[in-house]
Order: sequence, then C-alpha cells, then structure tokens
Amino acid sequence: MFQLILEMFTYPFMVRALCMGVLVALCSALLGVTLVLKRYSMIGDGLSHVGFGALAIATAMNAAPLAVAIPVVIAASFLLLRLSESGKIKGDAAIALISTGSLAVGVMVVSMTTGMNTDVYNYLFGSILSMSEGDVVLTGAVSAVILALFVFFYNRIFAVTFDETFARATGLNARLYNMVIAVLTALIIVVGMRMMGSLLISSLVVFPAVTSMRTCITFRSVMICSAIVSTVCLVTGLVISYLYAAPTGASIVLCNIAAFFLFTALQKLRESLQSREKPL
Amino acid sequence: MSLISCDNLAFAYDGVTVLHGLNFKIEQGDYLCILGENGAGKSTLMKGLLGLKRPSAGSVTFGEDLRAREIGYLPQQTPVQKDFPASVREVVLSGCLSGMGMRPFFGKAEKERAARNMEALEITDLADRCYRDLSGGQQQRVLLARALCATKKVILLDEPVAGLDPLVTINMYKLIERINSEMGITVIMVSHDVQAATNYASHILHLGEDRQLFFGTCEDYRYSAAYHSFMDGGKAVHIWKKAQVKKPAPAAGAAPAETVSAPTEAAPEGTAVSDAAAEKKESPAAQEKAEKEVRK
Ligand SMILES: Nc1ncnc2c1ncn2[C@@H]1O[C@H](COP(=O)(O)OP(=O)(O)OP(=O)(O)O)[C@@H](O)[C@H]1O
Ligand SMILES: [Mg+2]
Repeated sequence: MFQLILEMFTYPFMVRALCMGVLVALCSALLGVTLVLKRYSMIGDGLSHVGFGALAIATAMNAAPLAVAIPVVIAASFLLLRLSESGKIKGDAAIALISTGSLAVGVMVVSMTTGMNTDVYNYLFGSILSMSEGDVVLTGAVSAVILALFVFFYNRIFAVTFDETFARATGLNARLYNMVIAVLTALIIVVGMRMMGSLLISSLVVFPAVTSMRTCITFRSVMICSAIVSTVCLVTGLVISYLYAAPTGASIVLCNIAAFFLFTALQKLRESLQSREKPL
Repeated sequence: MSLISCDNLAFAYDGVTVLHGLNFKIEQGDYLCILGENGAGKSTLMKGLLGLKRPSAGSVTFGEDLRAREIGYLPQQTPVQKDFPASVREVVLSGCLSGMGMRPFFGKAEKERAARNMEALEITDLADRCYRDLSGGQQQRVLLARALCATKKVILLDEPVAGLDPLVTINMYKLIERINSEMGITVIMVSHDVQAATNYASHILHLGEDRQLFFGTCEDYRYSAAYHSFMDGGKAVHIWKKAQVKKPAPAAGAAPAETVSAPTEAAPEGTAVSDAAAEKKESPAAQEKAEKEVRK
C-alpha cells in the first residue's frame, strides 16, 4: 500500500491535485470558521450553486469557465450579504431562492446547449482530471491572496465575528470586513469547485470548522485545528480515492465526516473524564 | 470646550421620532447616569453618541481631543452566540484594535494594556477560560475590560448591572466608580437603579417618554420633579417635603434646558419656576402626589 501511495505521486495530475487541494482546504477551513460563527454557512452553499449556473453559461458561450464564474459569484456574494444584513427578506429564504434559481438556470442552459456531458458532470461532482496547468496557477494565486488577507486581517475578523456592534462602535469598518469575507468566500468556492464539485464544495467550508469547535475553546486554536483537520482530511481523501478509484470529492467529504465523529467522541470522553475527577 | 455636547438632538426609527430635544454637555471626568423607563430611548441615545445611529435632528459635538473611536462601550445585550469559541484574553484584546490604525497584529503595548485591565477587573485568573463558559457577572466584567481597552477617556455602559445578583451589582458599581475616580475616565451609564445612580453619579440625565426631563448635577436632581415622578408615591413626597424645607429654591441656572423645578401646587412660596411649559407638563404628577399627601 505504501508503494501504491508513492506511485500515486509519480503522476503529474496527482501532484497537481494535491497542491491545489491543500491550498483550497487551508483557505476554506480558515474562512469556514468565520462563516459558521457568523451564521453564514448557507451563503457558502448558495454561492456554489450560483457557481454552477455561471459555469454552465460559460460553457454554452465557449468562454473561459473561471473568468465568467468569479465575477458572477462575487456579485452574488455581495447580494446575499446585503440580503442577510438588511433582514427585509429572511436571509435563509433569500439564499434558498438564489441557489435553487441559479441551479435551475444552469440546468436549463445545459439541456438547451451541450446536454448532460462529462463537463457538466464534473461541475456538479468535481474531478481532479479536469484541472489544467492554468487552473493550478490561478488556484495558487487566489489562495495566496486569501491567506495573506486572512493573516493580515485576522484580529479584525475576530472582532467583527465576535461582536459586530462593538467593533463598529470602536471605529472598525465592519461592513468592509464583511465584504472582504464575502469576496474571499466567493473566490475559494469558485476555485474549489473544480476539484470538489459545486454540490460538495461547501462541506469543505463547514465541516472542519464545526469539527474543531467540538473540542477547541479559543478562536485561534479553532482556526489552527480546522486548518489541520481540513488538510489531513483532504490528503487522506485523495489517497483513498486513488487507491479505490472512488470519486475524489465524495471521499474527502467522507473523511471530514469521520473526523467530525472522532472529535465528538473525544469531547465526550474528555467530559466524562472531567466529571469523574470533579467530585474529589 | 466640553468633552461631548448635544444640541437639540433627536433620533427617529423609520421616520418615527423616539427621542427629541436633547441638550446636555459632558465634561471630562464626569460620571453621568442616564435614567428612564423601558423604551425611553436610552440605548438609542448611546448608539447616537457612538455614531452607530445617525441623529434625525441636532448634533453631537466632540471636544477637540476626543474622536468617536476613542469611546469604550459595554452594550446592553451582547448577541454572542452560545457556542462561540473565544478565550477571555482574546475578547479583551479585541478591544485594543481601535487604537492600532492599520497595524495588523497586537504589539507589546496592547498586550500589557489588556493585562492591566484584566488585573483591574480581577479577571486575570480567567484569562485562558472560554468566554462562553463564564457566569453572567464574569462575562460582564470581561466586556468591561474590553471596553476599557478601547478607551483612555470615555466609557459608555448600557445597563451594566442587568441580571447580576445584589452582591455582584455592588461590586460592579464600585468598579465603575474606581474607573471614574482612579483612572480618570468619563463614565456615561444607563441604569434603572435610581438609588445607585444618585449615590454614585455626578450628573443625571433623565429621559421621559420621548424627551429630556432633567439634566443637571446629582444634587439638583434630588430636588427635581422628574426625580419624584420616578420614585414611588408616598415615600417620594416625604423626601420631597424635606427637600423643600432644606433647599427651597433650586437654582434655575444650574440645571439647564428642560429642568423642572418644584411644581407650584404643592410647593411653598419662594420656589423658582424656571419653565412654565415644563411646569404644566409636570403638574399632573405633582397633583397626584399632593392628593396622596392629603389622604394621609
Ligand atoms: N431597531 C429599531 N427599530 C425600530 N424601533 C426601535 C429600534 N430600536 C429601538 N426602537 C424603538 O425606540 C424606542 C427606544 O428604544 P431604546 O432601546 O432606546 O429604549 P431603552 O430606553 O434603551 O429601553 P430599555 O430600558 O428597555 O433598554 C422604543 O420605543 C423602541 O421601540
Ligand atoms: Mg436599552
């Protein structure tokens, strides 16, 4: 088996997938913590559906997929943010409207033009084979930007996530940081969709955050823990998908589910140990 | 020049005015207590002072050496989710952000500042605990430490003792007093506790249904009709009568704007009536008191 794993990395597309995957996993895990805590996890899900619609249209028009998808998804993320802030339409209902709406548009465009081919299938469920050299460069660039912005704004993102009113009262431009978060989320979703597929990418955002929040009690440790969990799950998932010829996206999500249950069990164990110690 | 001065300030939600005609000045080192019933607009005024809510009329002017972002704030309710993972240290440190400009990370100065404020509020031993696991009183102190980190001059507290037990409440008031007297920070506090307000504060701002009933020093407040309308009937009249004997003429100038002096119906001669209109507004309450007195 070890032999097999070594062999796996002699294929250039596997190395490419690994590099891309690790970057996407890192970024989505970091952003995921903020999104989950701000109750924006559904925004990530909605955006991935918008991404599918945009990719379908791009294919129909023979345009570069990411060049179309990135601006469209960023615009959608601003819209969703505005909707959930204003509270005029219920935020979650608005997200459901937009995500199913764009899915419908995507399906319609696909059936009227190319029909349900492998390209479309890959948009939905992801594929590591469809990634080109250009995709890798773009992913690298986008992830570098996300990581840099995230590290730079880390303390401010914490303040805005923890208590937006206080942050605004003490002069932080909360709206700006919300927008930064929205743009970064849109970027990571579009980039990650190539590998994970639009139906599965939001799990990469939500799972590591929720998993590490089971056991960690400080914001920083949750961040670090979810970055690690996310990366480990991605690599394991990739190896499993190679070994058993399983779909990559689904394997990674299953690893994340396993990690979630593992952390939950650990937490339960720790609690029961603590409660046994207490009475002394 | 005053630290903060409000001129004819008014606030509205969706076009409906909830508060109007606010005129008061806050000087460096004051301890102002804002009183008023539920829905009087106290929290709205706080948000206005912080620049979170735009006035519908009038203006808030800050003194030369105070910028809006140098104000510390303790919100009435902090809508922090129950499952938010954050240590006390992280929460307190986040208060230091306001003074950092574009600098991305906390330096030594910020860390020392957070440590000092945690020391002052006696939460140093909680520093590595998770904020969500603390009791309400401990959380309140953490948020107060955070607010202190955000300011050197002014701190706004919106009902800091709501939900605390009597002992912790007294501790909290003492802490706030020390913040005012030892650190020299101007305190603006919303409260429902008239007793404590008059004990600790130097100035009182009393808001009625949608307007300012009284602004002035704590001394003067005890002799004002606004104070008595707030206290429960019989007892209040008793105090009020004594007040009339001791201090028959509250100086009209000392308490500006809509300050209400003792109403004529029940007041002995010699009482200065500063504002005829205000007097009319107050007279029903005074009559009620007078009636109660007669019944006795
Ligand atoms: N976001 C809002 N939208 C519309 N009306 C509001 C809003 N917030 C407050 N109000 C109204 O403004 C008035 C003043 O509210 P405010 O919260 O300032 O009262 P308060 O004095 O702080 O009361 P409490 O003692 O209960 O805290 C109330 O009538 C309230 O209904
Ligand atoms: Mg209030």
